[in-house]
Amino acid sequence: MMLDTKELANRIRKNSLKMVHRAKASHIASALSIADILAVLYGEILHFNPAEPNDLTRDRFILSKGHACVAVYATLAEVGVIPDAQLDTYGDDFSWLMNHISHKVPGVEFSTGSLGHGLPFGVGKALAANVRAQLWQTFVLLSDGEMDEGANWEALMFAAHHKLSNLTAIIDYNKLQSLDSVANTLGLEPLAAKLHAFGCAVHEIDGHDHGQISQSLKRIDSNRPTVIIAHTTKGKGVSFMENRVEWHYKNPNDEQLAVALAELRVSYA
Amino acid sequence: MRNAFIDELVVAAEKNNNIVLVVGDLGYGVVEPFAKRFPKRFFNAGVAEQSMMSLSAGLASEGFHVFVYSIANFPTFRCAEQIRNDVDYHKLPVTIVAVGGGVAYGNLGYSHHAVQDYALIRVMPNMLIAAPGDPMEVRACMRYLTHNPQPSYLRLGKSGERCIHSEVPEVYPGKWLSIREGDQYGDTYLTTGAALEIANQSINDAKLPGWSLNSVPLWSMSTKQAQVSQLERYSSVHTIEDHLMDGGFGSWLLEAAYTRADLLVKIKIKAIDSKVCGLVGKQSTLNVVGGLFDGY
Repeated sequence: MMLDTKELANRIRKNSLKMVHRAKASHIASALSIADILAVLYGEILHFNPAEPNDLTRDRFILSKGHACVAVYATLAEVGVIPDAQLDTYGDDFSWLMNHISHKVPGVEFSTGSLGHGLPFGVGKALAANVRAQLWQTFVLLSDGEMDEGANWEALMFAAHHKLSNLTAIIDYNKLQSLDSVANTLGLEPLAAKLHAFGCAVHEIDGHDHGQISQSLKRIDSNRPTVIIAHTTKGKGVSFMENRVEWHYKNPNDEQLAVALAELRVSYA
Repeated sequence: MRNAFIDELVVAAEKNNNIVLVVGDLGYGVVEPFAKRFPKRFFNAGVAEQSMMSLSAGLASEGFHVFVYSIANFPTFRCAEQIRNDVDYHKLPVTIVAVGGGVAYGNLGYSHHAVQDYALIRVMPNMLIAAPGDPMEVRACMRYLTHNPQPSYLRLGKSGERCIHSEVPEVYPGKWLSIREGDQYGDTYLTTGAALEIANQSINDAKLPGWSLNSVPLWSMSTKQAQVSQLERYSSVHTIEDHLMDGGFGSWLLEAAYTRADLLVKIKIKAIDSKVCGLVGKQSTLNVVGGLFDGY
Protein backbone atom coordinates (compact mmCIF):
# COMPACT_ATOMS: atom_id res chain seq x y z
CA MET A 1 0.00 0.00 0.00
CA MET A 2 1.53 3.33 -1.04
CA LEU A 3 0.11 6.40 0.61
CA ASP A 4 1.27 9.99 0.97
CA THR A 5 3.08 9.37 4.23
CA LYS A 6 3.23 13.08 5.16
CA GLU A 7 -0.50 13.37 4.95
CA LEU A 8 -0.92 10.08 6.75
CA ALA A 9 1.31 11.24 9.62
CA ASN A 10 -0.63 14.48 9.85
CA ARG A 11 -3.93 12.64 10.07
CA ILE A 12 -2.53 10.21 12.68
CA ARG A 13 -1.53 13.19 14.81
CA LYS A 14 -4.86 14.95 14.33
CA ASN A 15 -6.95 11.90 15.19
CA SER A 16 -4.71 10.94 18.10
CA LEU A 17 -5.24 14.39 19.58
CA LYS A 18 -8.99 14.16 19.11
CA MET A 19 -9.14 10.73 20.68
CA VAL A 20 -7.21 11.59 23.83
CA HIS A 21 -9.14 14.84 24.13
CA ARG A 22 -12.49 13.12 23.90
CA ALA A 23 -11.48 10.28 26.24
CA LYS A 24 -9.52 12.57 28.59
CA ALA A 25 -6.71 10.05 28.24
CA SER A 26 -2.96 10.19 28.77
CA HIS A 27 0.09 9.53 26.58
CA ILE A 28 -0.58 11.94 23.73
CA ALA A 29 3.09 12.95 23.55
CA SER A 30 4.13 9.31 23.19
CA ALA A 31 1.71 8.93 20.29
CA LEU A 32 2.87 12.10 18.51
CA SER A 33 6.42 10.83 18.84
CA ILE A 34 5.76 7.77 16.63
CA ALA A 35 3.33 9.21 14.07
CA ASP A 36 5.96 9.52 11.35
CA ILE A 37 7.34 6.03 11.92
CA LEU A 38 3.83 4.55 11.73
CA ALA A 39 3.00 6.56 8.61
CA VAL A 40 6.03 5.23 6.75
CA LEU A 41 5.51 1.68 8.03
CA TYR A 42 1.84 1.49 7.07
CA GLY A 43 2.03 3.81 4.08
CA GLU A 44 5.04 2.28 2.40
CA ILE A 45 6.73 -0.69 4.07
CA LEU A 46 4.33 -3.21 5.58
CA HIS A 47 2.76 -5.82 3.32
CA PHE A 48 -0.83 -6.23 4.44
CA ASN A 49 -4.34 -6.39 3.08
CA PRO A 50 -6.75 -4.08 4.93
CA ALA A 51 -9.65 -6.34 4.01
CA GLU A 52 -7.88 -9.39 5.46
CA PRO A 53 -5.83 -8.26 8.43
CA ASN A 54 -5.06 -11.88 9.42
CA ASP A 55 -3.74 -12.90 6.01
CA LEU A 56 -0.89 -15.33 6.72
CA THR A 57 1.57 -13.64 4.37
CA ARG A 58 1.25 -10.23 6.06
CA ASP A 59 4.14 -8.51 7.75
CA ARG A 60 3.68 -8.46 11.51
CA PHE A 61 3.81 -5.17 13.39
CA ILE A 62 3.90 -5.07 17.19
CA LEU A 63 3.57 -1.92 19.24
CA SER A 64 5.51 -2.70 22.38
CA LYS A 65 4.95 0.79 23.85
CA GLY A 66 1.25 0.00 24.14
CA HIS A 67 0.43 3.29 25.85
CA ALA A 68 0.87 5.07 22.49
CA CYS A 69 -1.99 3.01 21.05
CA VAL A 70 -4.06 5.94 19.78
CA ALA A 71 -1.50 6.48 17.03
CA VAL A 72 -1.91 2.88 15.85
CA TYR A 73 -5.70 2.95 16.10
CA ALA A 74 -5.72 6.16 14.05
CA THR A 75 -3.38 4.53 11.53
CA LEU A 76 -5.55 1.43 11.22
CA ALA A 77 -8.55 3.65 10.52
CA GLU A 78 -6.63 5.62 7.89
CA VAL A 79 -5.52 2.51 6.03
CA GLY A 80 -9.00 1.00 6.14
CA VAL A 81 -8.60 -1.85 8.62
CA ILE A 82 -11.07 -0.43 11.14
CA PRO A 83 -13.89 2.05 10.50
CA ASP A 84 -13.23 5.72 11.26
CA ALA A 85 -16.30 5.86 13.48
CA GLN A 86 -14.78 3.30 15.82
CA LEU A 87 -12.15 5.83 16.87
CA ASP A 88 -14.89 7.72 18.68
CA THR A 89 -15.34 4.78 21.04
CA TYR A 90 -11.78 5.10 22.35
CA GLY A 91 -11.82 5.07 26.13
CA ASP A 92 -15.53 4.26 26.38
CA ASP A 93 -16.76 1.56 28.73
CA PHE A 94 -16.25 -1.86 27.10
CA SER A 95 -14.65 -0.36 23.99
CA TRP A 96 -12.36 -2.60 21.98
CA LEU A 97 -10.08 0.38 21.67
CA MET A 98 -8.54 0.07 25.08
CA ASN A 99 -6.14 2.67 26.39
CA HIS A 100 -3.28 0.24 25.91
CA ILE A 101 -3.13 -1.48 22.57
CA SER A 102 -5.44 -4.47 22.31
CA HIS A 103 -5.31 -7.57 20.12
CA LYS A 104 -9.09 -7.51 20.08
CA VAL A 105 -8.82 -4.72 17.48
CA PRO A 106 -8.51 -6.04 13.90
CA GLY A 107 -4.99 -5.52 12.63
CA VAL A 108 -3.39 -5.56 16.07
CA GLU A 109 -1.13 -8.56 16.61
CA PHE A 110 -0.53 -8.32 20.32
CA SER A 111 -1.74 -6.53 23.43
CA THR A 112 0.89 -4.71 25.40
CA GLY A 113 0.85 -2.20 28.22
CA SER A 114 3.53 -3.69 30.39
CA LEU A 115 6.86 -2.82 28.82
CA GLY A 116 9.42 -5.35 27.67
CA HIS A 117 6.95 -7.86 26.20
CA GLY A 118 6.72 -6.83 22.54
CA LEU A 119 10.27 -7.52 21.43
CA PRO A 120 10.57 -11.06 22.84
CA PHE A 121 7.09 -11.82 21.48
CA GLY A 122 8.22 -10.52 18.09
CA VAL A 123 11.32 -12.72 18.35
CA GLY A 124 8.96 -15.69 18.66
CA LYS A 125 7.10 -14.59 15.54
CA ALA A 126 10.30 -14.10 13.57
CA LEU A 127 11.47 -17.52 14.73
CA ALA A 128 8.16 -19.02 13.57
CA ALA A 129 8.65 -17.55 10.10
CA ASN A 130 12.16 -19.01 9.99
CA VAL A 131 11.04 -22.49 11.08
CA ARG A 132 8.46 -22.47 8.31
CA ALA A 133 10.71 -20.73 5.77
CA GLN A 134 8.15 -17.97 5.29
CA LEU A 135 9.15 -14.60 3.94
CA TRP A 136 7.13 -12.11 5.98
CA GLN A 137 8.90 -9.67 8.29
CA THR A 138 8.33 -8.77 11.92
CA PHE A 139 8.61 -5.15 13.08
CA VAL A 140 8.51 -4.13 16.74
CA LEU A 141 8.27 -0.52 17.88
CA LEU A 142 9.64 0.13 21.36
CA SER A 143 10.06 3.11 23.60
CA ASP A 144 13.44 4.26 24.86
CA GLY A 145 12.55 3.93 28.54
CA GLU A 146 11.46 0.41 27.76
CA MET A 147 15.08 -0.50 27.08
CA ASP A 148 15.51 -0.52 30.87
CA GLU A 149 13.71 -3.88 30.80
CA GLY A 150 16.09 -6.82 30.90
CA ALA A 151 13.72 -8.95 28.83
CA ASN A 152 14.53 -6.81 25.78
CA TRP A 153 18.22 -7.55 26.09
CA GLU A 154 17.48 -11.23 26.62
CA ALA A 155 15.45 -11.15 23.43
CA LEU A 156 18.18 -9.36 21.48
CA MET A 157 20.66 -12.03 22.52
CA PHE A 158 18.32 -14.72 21.26
CA ALA A 159 17.55 -12.87 18.02
CA ALA A 160 21.24 -12.31 17.24
CA HIS A 161 22.20 -15.86 18.18
CA HIS A 162 19.55 -17.23 15.82
CA LYS A 163 20.39 -14.69 13.11
CA LEU A 164 16.81 -13.45 12.91
CA SER A 165 17.34 -11.13 9.97
CA ASN A 166 13.56 -11.04 9.49
CA LEU A 167 13.20 -9.01 12.69
CA THR A 168 13.44 -5.23 12.87
CA ALA A 169 13.15 -3.35 16.15
CA ILE A 170 12.60 0.40 16.10
CA ILE A 171 13.42 2.32 19.26
CA ASP A 172 11.49 5.55 19.61
CA TYR A 173 14.32 7.49 21.24
CA ASN A 174 12.51 10.64 22.30
CA LYS A 175 14.75 11.00 25.38
CA LEU A 176 11.92 11.43 27.88
CA GLN A 177 10.60 8.87 30.34
CA SER A 178 7.80 9.01 32.86
CA LEU A 179 9.38 11.27 35.44
CA ASP A 180 12.45 12.72 33.83
CA SER A 181 14.78 12.43 30.86
CA VAL A 182 16.26 9.09 29.86
CA ALA A 183 19.69 10.50 30.67
CA ASN A 184 18.59 11.33 34.21
CA THR A 185 16.77 8.02 34.74
CA LEU A 186 18.96 5.17 33.53
CA GLY A 187 21.13 6.53 30.77
CA LEU A 188 21.09 4.33 27.67
CA GLU A 189 24.23 5.67 26.04
CA PRO A 190 26.18 4.48 24.24
CA LEU A 191 23.02 2.86 22.87
CA ALA A 192 24.18 2.16 19.32
CA ALA A 193 27.41 0.60 20.55
CA LYS A 194 25.50 -1.58 23.01
CA LEU A 195 23.12 -2.82 20.36
CA HIS A 196 25.97 -3.40 17.96
CA ALA A 197 27.84 -5.37 20.61
CA PHE A 198 24.72 -7.50 21.10
CA GLY A 199 25.01 -8.59 17.48
CA CYS A 200 22.48 -6.33 15.78
CA ALA A 201 22.71 -4.25 12.63
CA VAL A 202 22.13 -0.72 13.94
CA HIS A 203 20.95 2.39 12.08
CA GLU A 204 20.54 5.80 13.69
CA ILE A 205 18.06 8.07 11.99
CA ASP A 206 15.93 11.16 12.44
CA GLY A 207 12.67 9.50 13.39
CA HIS A 208 10.63 12.30 11.84
CA ASP A 209 12.39 12.28 8.45
CA HIS A 210 10.28 10.07 6.23
CA GLY A 211 13.10 9.45 3.76
CA GLN A 212 15.42 8.25 6.49
CA ILE A 213 12.72 6.12 8.13
CA SER A 214 11.89 4.49 4.81
CA GLN A 215 15.50 3.84 3.87
CA SER A 216 16.38 2.34 7.22
CA LEU A 217 13.33 0.05 7.21
CA LYS A 218 14.37 -1.30 3.82
CA ARG A 219 17.95 -2.04 4.90
CA ILE A 220 17.51 -5.63 6.03
CA ASP A 221 20.76 -7.28 7.03
CA SER A 222 21.21 -10.80 5.69
CA ASN A 223 22.16 -12.52 8.92
CA ARG A 224 21.44 -10.22 11.83
CA PRO A 225 18.39 -8.61 13.38
CA THR A 226 18.13 -4.89 12.69
CA VAL A 227 17.62 -2.20 15.30
CA ILE A 228 16.75 1.31 14.19
CA ILE A 229 17.43 4.01 16.74
CA ALA A 230 14.92 6.66 15.75
CA HIS A 231 15.82 10.00 17.32
CA THR A 232 12.48 11.67 17.92
CA THR A 233 10.83 14.48 19.79
CA LYS A 234 8.22 13.54 22.35
CA GLY A 235 5.05 15.46 21.51
CA LYS A 236 6.31 16.18 17.98
CA GLY A 237 4.12 18.55 15.97
CA VAL A 238 2.47 20.43 18.84
CA SER A 239 4.86 23.05 20.14
CA PHE A 240 3.57 23.24 23.71
CA MET A 241 3.69 19.45 24.09
CA GLU A 242 7.19 18.93 22.74
CA ASN A 243 9.80 17.75 25.22
CA ARG A 244 7.52 18.24 28.22
CA VAL A 245 7.18 15.39 30.71
CA GLU A 246 3.70 16.49 31.75
CA TRP A 247 2.26 15.58 28.33
CA HIS A 248 2.98 11.96 29.11
CA TYR A 249 -0.05 12.34 31.37
CA LYS A 250 -2.15 15.39 30.58
CA ASN A 251 -4.92 15.56 28.05
CA PRO A 252 -5.63 18.73 26.11
CA ASN A 253 -8.65 20.87 27.05
CA ASP A 254 -10.88 22.31 24.29
CA GLU A 255 -8.72 25.36 23.81
CA GLN A 256 -5.47 23.40 23.75
CA LEU A 257 -6.94 20.97 21.23
CA ALA A 258 -7.89 23.84 18.93
CA VAL A 259 -4.40 25.34 19.16
CA ALA A 260 -2.80 21.94 18.52
CA LEU A 261 -4.96 21.22 15.48
CA ALA A 262 -4.26 24.69 14.09
CA GLU A 263 -0.52 24.11 14.47
CA LEU A 264 -0.79 20.84 12.57
CA ARG A 265 -2.72 22.57 9.77
CA VAL A 266 0.00 25.19 9.43
CA SER A 267 2.91 22.75 9.54
CA TYR A 268 1.30 20.38 7.04
CA ALA A 269 0.39 23.18 4.66
CA MET B 1 7.51 -38.74 35.17
CA ARG B 2 10.08 -36.80 33.13
CA ASN B 3 10.64 -39.78 30.89
CA ALA B 4 6.93 -40.39 30.38
CA PHE B 5 6.63 -36.73 29.44
CA ILE B 6 9.35 -36.77 26.81
CA ASP B 7 8.14 -40.10 25.39
CA GLU B 8 4.68 -38.70 24.87
CA LEU B 9 6.02 -35.45 23.47
CA VAL B 10 8.13 -37.23 20.85
CA VAL B 11 5.19 -39.44 19.84
CA ALA B 12 2.91 -36.42 19.49
CA ALA B 13 5.54 -34.41 17.60
CA GLU B 14 5.92 -37.22 15.06
CA LYS B 15 2.30 -36.67 14.10
CA ASN B 16 2.09 -32.93 14.56
CA ASN B 17 4.86 -30.75 13.15
CA ASN B 18 3.51 -27.74 15.03
CA ILE B 19 4.82 -29.09 18.32
CA VAL B 20 7.89 -27.19 19.49
CA LEU B 21 10.03 -27.59 22.60
CA VAL B 22 11.69 -24.56 24.20
CA VAL B 23 13.92 -25.08 27.23
CA GLY B 24 15.45 -22.66 29.68
CA ASP B 25 18.92 -24.21 29.54
CA LEU B 26 17.68 -27.19 31.54
CA GLY B 27 16.65 -30.75 30.80
CA TYR B 28 19.97 -32.60 30.65
CA GLY B 29 19.27 -36.29 30.31
CA VAL B 30 15.59 -35.66 29.57
CA VAL B 31 15.04 -33.58 26.45
CA GLU B 32 17.66 -35.17 24.18
CA PRO B 33 15.27 -37.60 22.44
CA PHE B 34 13.22 -34.64 21.22
CA ALA B 35 16.20 -32.43 20.44
CA LYS B 36 17.86 -35.15 18.37
CA ARG B 37 14.71 -36.20 16.55
CA PHE B 38 13.45 -32.65 15.83
CA PRO B 39 16.44 -30.30 15.89
CA LYS B 40 14.56 -27.60 13.98
CA ARG B 41 11.77 -27.59 16.54
CA PHE B 42 13.98 -27.49 19.62
CA PHE B 43 15.25 -24.22 21.06
CA ASN B 44 17.31 -23.45 24.11
CA ALA B 45 16.26 -19.94 25.12
CA GLY B 46 19.18 -19.70 27.50
CA VAL B 47 18.96 -18.66 31.13
CA ALA B 48 16.39 -16.01 30.28
CA GLU B 49 12.92 -17.03 31.39
CA GLN B 50 11.11 -13.78 30.64
CA SER B 51 12.19 -13.73 27.04
CA MET B 52 11.68 -17.51 26.87
CA MET B 53 8.04 -17.19 27.84
CA SER B 54 7.26 -14.22 25.59
CA LEU B 55 8.96 -15.72 22.56
CA SER B 56 7.10 -18.96 23.21
CA ALA B 57 3.90 -16.95 23.11
CA GLY B 58 5.07 -15.42 19.84
CA LEU B 59 5.67 -18.87 18.37
CA ALA B 60 2.29 -20.02 19.63
CA SER B 61 0.60 -17.00 18.04
CA GLU B 62 1.74 -18.42 14.70
CA GLY B 63 0.08 -21.78 15.30
CA PHE B 64 2.75 -23.74 17.13
CA HIS B 65 1.96 -25.68 20.29
CA VAL B 66 4.93 -24.70 22.41
CA PHE B 67 6.16 -26.78 25.36
CA VAL B 68 8.36 -24.67 27.62
CA TYR B 69 10.50 -26.79 29.89
CA SER B 70 12.34 -25.72 33.00
CA ILE B 71 12.68 -26.40 36.72
CA ALA B 72 10.52 -25.52 39.68
CA ASN B 73 9.84 -21.76 39.92
CA PHE B 74 11.88 -20.63 36.92
CA PRO B 75 9.18 -21.01 34.23
CA THR B 76 6.46 -19.68 36.54
CA PHE B 77 7.37 -17.07 39.14
CA ARG B 78 10.37 -15.74 37.22
CA CYS B 79 8.14 -14.92 34.25
CA ALA B 80 4.74 -14.62 35.90
CA GLU B 81 3.69 -11.52 33.99
CA GLN B 82 4.71 -13.03 30.68
CA ILE B 83 2.44 -15.98 31.47
CA ARG B 84 -0.36 -13.67 32.56
CA ASN B 85 -0.27 -11.15 29.73
CA ASP B 86 1.26 -12.97 26.78
CA VAL B 87 0.09 -16.56 27.19
CA ASP B 88 -3.06 -16.53 29.29
CA TYR B 89 -4.67 -13.29 28.11
CA HIS B 90 -4.03 -14.08 24.44
CA LYS B 91 -5.21 -17.69 25.00
CA LEU B 92 -2.15 -19.08 23.27
CA PRO B 93 -1.24 -22.77 23.15
CA VAL B 94 1.78 -22.72 25.41
CA THR B 95 2.25 -25.59 27.85
CA ILE B 96 4.62 -24.67 30.65
CA VAL B 97 6.38 -27.74 31.96
CA ALA B 98 7.96 -27.50 35.40
CA VAL B 99 9.87 -30.40 36.83
CA GLY B 100 10.46 -30.66 40.56
CA GLY B 101 6.90 -30.00 41.71
CA GLY B 102 6.50 -29.74 45.47
CA VAL B 103 9.76 -30.50 47.28
CA ALA B 104 11.07 -32.99 44.74
CA TYR B 105 14.31 -31.00 44.77
CA GLY B 106 14.24 -30.88 48.55
CA ASN B 107 17.97 -30.73 49.08
CA LEU B 108 18.46 -27.90 46.61
CA GLY B 109 16.86 -25.34 48.87
CA TYR B 110 14.02 -22.86 48.82
CA SER B 111 14.82 -21.55 45.34
CA HIS B 112 13.96 -25.01 43.99
CA HIS B 113 10.89 -25.76 46.11
CA ALA B 114 7.72 -25.42 44.03
CA VAL B 115 5.14 -25.15 46.79
CA GLN B 116 3.36 -21.98 45.61
CA ASP B 117 3.01 -22.70 41.90
CA TYR B 118 -0.66 -23.73 41.94
CA ALA B 119 -1.43 -20.45 43.68
CA LEU B 120 0.19 -18.46 40.91
CA ILE B 121 -1.18 -20.39 37.97
CA ARG B 122 -4.73 -20.96 39.13
CA VAL B 123 -5.58 -17.27 39.33
CA MET B 124 -5.12 -16.99 35.57
CA PRO B 125 -8.53 -17.38 33.95
CA ASN B 126 -7.50 -19.44 30.92
CA MET B 127 -4.81 -21.66 32.36
CA LEU B 128 -5.37 -25.37 32.76
CA ILE B 129 -3.30 -27.02 35.47
CA ALA B 130 -2.08 -30.53 34.70
CA ALA B 131 -0.67 -32.10 37.84
CA PRO B 132 -0.30 -35.82 37.21
CA GLY B 133 0.18 -38.18 40.15
CA ASP B 134 2.14 -40.94 38.45
CA PRO B 135 3.72 -41.70 35.06
CA MET B 136 0.39 -43.03 33.73
CA GLU B 137 -1.31 -39.74 34.54
CA VAL B 138 1.58 -37.92 32.87
CA ARG B 139 0.82 -39.81 29.68
CA ALA B 140 -2.89 -39.15 30.06
CA CYS B 141 -2.33 -35.42 30.60
CA MET B 142 0.05 -35.20 27.65
CA ARG B 143 -2.47 -36.91 25.38
CA TYR B 144 -5.16 -34.51 26.51
CA LEU B 145 -2.94 -31.43 26.08
CA THR B 146 -1.59 -32.39 22.67
CA HIS B 147 -5.14 -32.93 21.45
CA ASN B 148 -6.38 -29.76 23.13
CA PRO B 149 -3.60 -27.17 22.85
CA GLN B 150 -4.28 -24.28 25.23
CA PRO B 151 -2.59 -22.17 27.91
CA SER B 152 -1.55 -24.82 30.37
CA TYR B 153 0.83 -25.74 33.16
CA LEU B 154 2.18 -29.25 33.46
CA ARG B 155 3.67 -29.92 36.88
CA LEU B 156 5.95 -32.92 37.01
CA GLY B 157 7.88 -34.58 39.79
CA LYS B 158 11.37 -35.71 38.99
CA SER B 159 11.94 -39.31 38.08
CA GLY B 160 11.49 -42.73 39.57
CA GLU B 161 7.86 -42.22 40.61
CA ARG B 162 5.89 -45.44 40.96
CA CYS B 163 2.91 -46.19 38.74
CA ILE B 164 -0.29 -46.15 40.76
CA HIS B 165 -2.60 -46.64 37.81
CA SER B 166 -2.27 -49.93 35.97
CA GLU B 167 -2.99 -48.30 32.63
CA VAL B 168 -3.20 -44.83 31.12
CA PRO B 169 -6.47 -43.37 32.39
CA GLU B 170 -8.79 -41.15 30.42
CA VAL B 171 -8.75 -37.61 31.73
CA TYR B 172 -10.58 -34.38 31.14
CA PRO B 173 -10.54 -31.11 33.06
CA GLY B 174 -12.17 -31.24 36.46
CA LYS B 175 -12.76 -34.99 36.39
CA TRP B 176 -12.01 -37.12 39.44
CA LEU B 177 -10.14 -40.28 38.51
CA SER B 178 -11.02 -43.23 40.66
CA ILE B 179 -7.99 -45.22 41.73
CA ARG B 180 -9.77 -47.15 44.41
CA GLU B 181 -13.47 -47.41 45.22
CA GLY B 182 -14.25 -47.78 48.93
CA ASP B 183 -17.59 -47.68 50.67
CA GLN B 184 -20.52 -46.01 49.00
CA TYR B 185 -20.95 -42.49 50.39
CA GLY B 186 -17.82 -43.08 52.44
CA ASP B 187 -14.57 -41.20 52.88
CA THR B 188 -12.16 -40.40 50.10
CA TYR B 189 -8.74 -39.01 49.60
CA LEU B 190 -8.59 -36.56 46.73
CA THR B 191 -5.18 -35.62 45.39
CA THR B 192 -3.51 -33.71 42.64
CA GLY B 193 0.08 -34.06 41.55
CA ALA B 194 2.62 -36.25 43.29
CA ALA B 195 0.52 -36.39 46.47
CA LEU B 196 -1.28 -39.33 44.87
CA GLU B 197 1.44 -41.65 46.07
CA ILE B 198 1.22 -40.25 49.59
CA ALA B 199 -2.52 -40.82 49.74
CA ASN B 200 -2.19 -44.30 48.33
CA GLN B 201 0.44 -45.15 50.91
CA SER B 202 -1.63 -43.66 53.72
CA ILE B 203 -4.59 -45.84 52.87
CA ASN B 204 -2.43 -48.94 52.77
CA ASP B 205 -0.47 -48.13 55.92
CA ALA B 206 -3.43 -47.09 58.02
CA LYS B 207 -5.49 -49.98 56.72
CA LEU B 208 -8.47 -47.96 55.63
CA PRO B 209 -10.33 -50.53 53.51
CA GLY B 210 -13.47 -48.48 53.28
CA TRP B 211 -11.72 -45.42 51.90
CA SER B 212 -11.78 -44.36 48.29
CA LEU B 213 -8.93 -42.72 46.44
CA ASN B 214 -9.45 -40.19 43.67
CA SER B 215 -7.10 -37.89 41.87
CA VAL B 216 -7.71 -34.74 39.85
CA PRO B 217 -4.85 -34.35 37.38
CA LEU B 218 -6.52 -31.59 35.32
CA TRP B 219 -8.13 -28.59 37.01
CA SER B 220 -8.64 -24.89 36.49
CA MET B 221 -10.71 -21.85 37.37
CA SER B 222 -13.36 -22.91 34.89
CA THR B 223 -13.78 -26.43 36.24
CA LYS B 224 -14.86 -25.49 39.75
CA GLN B 225 -18.54 -25.92 39.00
CA ALA B 226 -18.03 -29.54 38.06
CA GLN B 227 -16.78 -30.31 41.57
CA VAL B 228 -20.11 -30.03 43.34
CA SER B 229 -21.68 -33.22 42.03
CA GLN B 230 -18.49 -35.15 42.73
CA LEU B 231 -18.30 -33.84 46.30
CA GLU B 232 -21.88 -35.00 46.86
CA ARG B 233 -20.85 -38.64 46.39
CA TYR B 234 -18.76 -38.83 49.58
CA SER B 235 -19.31 -38.21 53.26
CA SER B 236 -15.86 -36.67 53.62
CA VAL B 237 -13.22 -35.56 51.14
CA HIS B 238 -9.62 -35.32 52.33
CA THR B 239 -7.40 -33.43 49.95
CA ILE B 240 -3.64 -33.93 49.94
CA GLU B 241 -1.19 -31.76 48.01
CA ASP B 242 2.52 -31.05 48.10
CA HIS B 243 1.87 -27.30 48.02
CA LEU B 244 1.04 -24.72 50.67
CA MET B 245 -2.61 -24.51 51.69
CA ASP B 246 -2.70 -20.86 50.67
CA GLY B 247 -3.80 -20.72 47.06
CA GLY B 248 -3.54 -24.47 46.72
CA PHE B 249 -5.69 -27.36 45.53
CA GLY B 250 -7.71 -27.83 48.72
CA SER B 251 -8.43 -24.12 48.79
CA TRP B 252 -9.56 -24.35 45.18
CA LEU B 253 -12.00 -27.09 46.19
CA LEU B 254 -13.31 -24.94 49.07
CA GLU B 255 -13.91 -22.12 46.61
CA ALA B 256 -15.69 -24.55 44.31
CA ALA B 257 -18.06 -25.47 47.13
CA TYR B 258 -18.39 -22.07 48.74
CA THR B 259 -22.14 -21.73 48.21
CA ARG B 260 -22.84 -25.11 49.80
CA ALA B 261 -22.31 -25.22 53.55
CA ASP B 262 -23.18 -28.94 53.56
CA LEU B 263 -20.30 -29.64 51.19
CA LEU B 264 -17.82 -27.29 52.80
CA VAL B 265 -17.87 -29.23 56.07
CA LYS B 266 -16.90 -32.40 54.22
CA ILE B 267 -13.61 -30.98 52.96
CA LYS B 268 -10.48 -31.57 55.04
CA ILE B 269 -7.24 -30.16 53.68
CA LYS B 270 -3.77 -31.58 54.13
CA ALA B 271 -1.13 -29.32 52.61
CA ILE B 272 2.52 -28.58 53.25
CA ASP B 273 3.06 -26.43 56.31
CA SER B 274 4.95 -23.23 55.55
CA LYS B 275 7.53 -24.19 58.17
CA VAL B 276 9.09 -26.25 55.35
CA CYS B 277 9.98 -23.02 53.57
CA GLY B 278 13.69 -22.52 54.15
CA LEU B 279 14.44 -26.11 55.23
CA VAL B 280 16.35 -28.57 53.12
CA GLY B 281 16.08 -32.32 53.09
CA LYS B 282 14.97 -35.28 51.05
CA GLN B 283 11.52 -34.99 49.49
CA SER B 284 10.22 -37.69 51.82
CA THR B 285 11.67 -35.93 54.85
CA LEU B 286 10.23 -32.55 53.95
CA ASN B 287 6.82 -34.07 53.21
CA VAL B 288 6.85 -35.54 56.73
CA VAL B 289 8.03 -32.29 58.31
CA GLY B 290 5.40 -30.44 56.29
CA GLY B 291 2.73 -32.68 57.77
CA LEU B 292 1.67 -34.55 54.64
CA PHE B 293 2.56 -37.95 55.83
CA ASP B 294 3.52 -39.79 58.97
CA GLY B 295 6.62 -41.26 57.38
CA TYR B 296 7.64 -43.93 54.97
